[in-house]
Amino acid sequence: MNERALRVVLPILVLVLLVACWHAVVRIFAIPPFVLPGPGLVLATLIADGPLLWQSLLVTLTLTFEGFLLAAVGGIALAVIFNQWRVAEYSFYPYAVILQVTPIVAIAPLLLIYLPQPMAVLACAWIVAFFPVLANTTLGLSSVDHNLLALFELCKASRWQTLWNLKLPAALPQILAGLRIAGGLSLIGAVVAEIAAGSAGAGSGLAYRIAESGYRLNIPRMFAALLLLSLAGVAIFFALSTISHLALRRWHESAVSRER
Amino acid sequence: MSPPGQPIVSLRNVGKTFESGTVALNDLNLDVHGGEFVSLLGPSGCGKSTVLRIISGLSPATAGSVTWPAGEARLGFVFQEPTLMPWADVAANVRLPIKLAHKEDTGAVANALGRVGLSAFAQSYPRELSGGMKMRVSIARALVTEPQLMLMDEPFAALDEITRFKLNNDLLAVWQAVRRTVIFVTHSVFESVYLSQRIIVLTPRPGRVFTEIKIPAPYPRDETFRTSADYGALCRQVAQALAGAMTAGVPS
Repeated sequence: MNERALRVVLPILVLVLLVACWHAVVRIFAIPPFVLPGPGLVLATLIADGPLLWQSLLVTLTLTFEGFLLAAVGGIALAVIFNQWRVAEYSFYPYAVILQVTPIVAIAPLLLIYLPQPMAVLACAWIVAFFPVLANTTLGLSSVDHNLLALFELCKASRWQTLWNLKLPAALPQILAGLRIAGGLSLIGAVVAEIAAGSAGAGSGLAYRIAESGYRLNIPRMFAALLLLSLAGVAIFFALSTISHLALRRWHESAVSRER
Repeated sequence: MSPPGQPIVSLRNVGKTFESGTVALNDLNLDVHGGEFVSLLGPSGCGKSTVLRIISGLSPATAGSVTWPAGEARLGFVFQEPTLMPWADVAANVRLPIKLAHKEDTGAVANALGRVGLSAFAQSYPRELSGGMKMRVSIARALVTEPQLMLMDEPFAALDEITRFKLNNDLLAVWQAVRRTVIFVTHSVFESVYLSQRIIVLTPRPGRVFTEIKIPAPYPRDETFRTSADYGALCRQVAQALAGAMTAGVPS
């Protein structure tokens, strides 16, 4: 079997094995569903509660996507501003770092006091996703080949020309890497905010469903919702990886397959 | 041998001291005339590249003056590395200087690519090319604005000898066809003798002109010249001058 096929078959094999073990443990020890539901029950719940969970997933994903988009645009824009005006970088970069290192779980309850819940979820998604975009774009913009910069200087290129024709394209691999991290993080941010809001009980996002099901000891639904959340995270990761690959495939080492 | 009339660029008592206190150049005088092929030869660290950076305006001289008696020349710069944009294809890389000057490409890109023999590779990306081909693209990019003065900073240093010989011949062919002025920085005695009309030997740390050697051999030069006794004798002469420059530069 070739390597490509192995990369598909082996993870599937592991999955089947794990699910089988899970099923066996639940059966053999007769664990009640409110402690640990078996895989079959989780799947049944996923189908039965499908419409409700799907609605909630859409709510969470919409806010995640909006937070991600704001983080992407804001992070790239701020990095460009930092790159063009050192003063701005020196003034604001430390606060961007502080925003990043303060755990989002600790910020979320505060945001929920001041903002309506969807806004707070959006804000959390934005805060966690913002920094990787900013940091990676900043790195990319500042690590441009010095000789190419000299060439642009010799050609008497304007600041704008240098930014548009040299710095941004040169930073594209780093920007895309930042976005790939940000995608997963914005989902985490949104979920954290929804869980924190859980006790307030006003939301309808998927994480809120998990919190709610927990209070009601509806463990199968918790698992079903969790499964949906992971699938959503995987989908986000693959979507961004694909975009990154398509954008870089013609020229960047990371996307070009090595000849043997 | 050097053509009469006023030089295209003239360096007088040029010095360069870096912020770190390193004296790269000291009291350097150099006149380059239109259409000349001049090499700057010296050991690494003698400030050869700094001379090019000062002439191009990338780095200001800290002493002396650079003057352009016939008005500032249009420059083409070829770096030590190919210095191509990996995200752009060959044609786009060559077109860059025209684009940055807000001009339209009226066949200059195709023309420049033709001169370096890369017409068939306009749509290729730099990563698909060999080291020698990348350097050709870099030269085409420098030619595309029809510069009056080409500054070349050890462009072939990283290439293997066979490729270098080939590019030496091609560079001479281009130079003879368009008759640009070339200032060529190298640390290779053989390369400088093969290419130049005039070799300026620099002393190391601080760089200044040690001596100047004329290479009277006629163009076109080819493998016959490279294997001739004349060439061997000239190389020996230049190598001796370089050895002299090395001892002259060592502080006693």
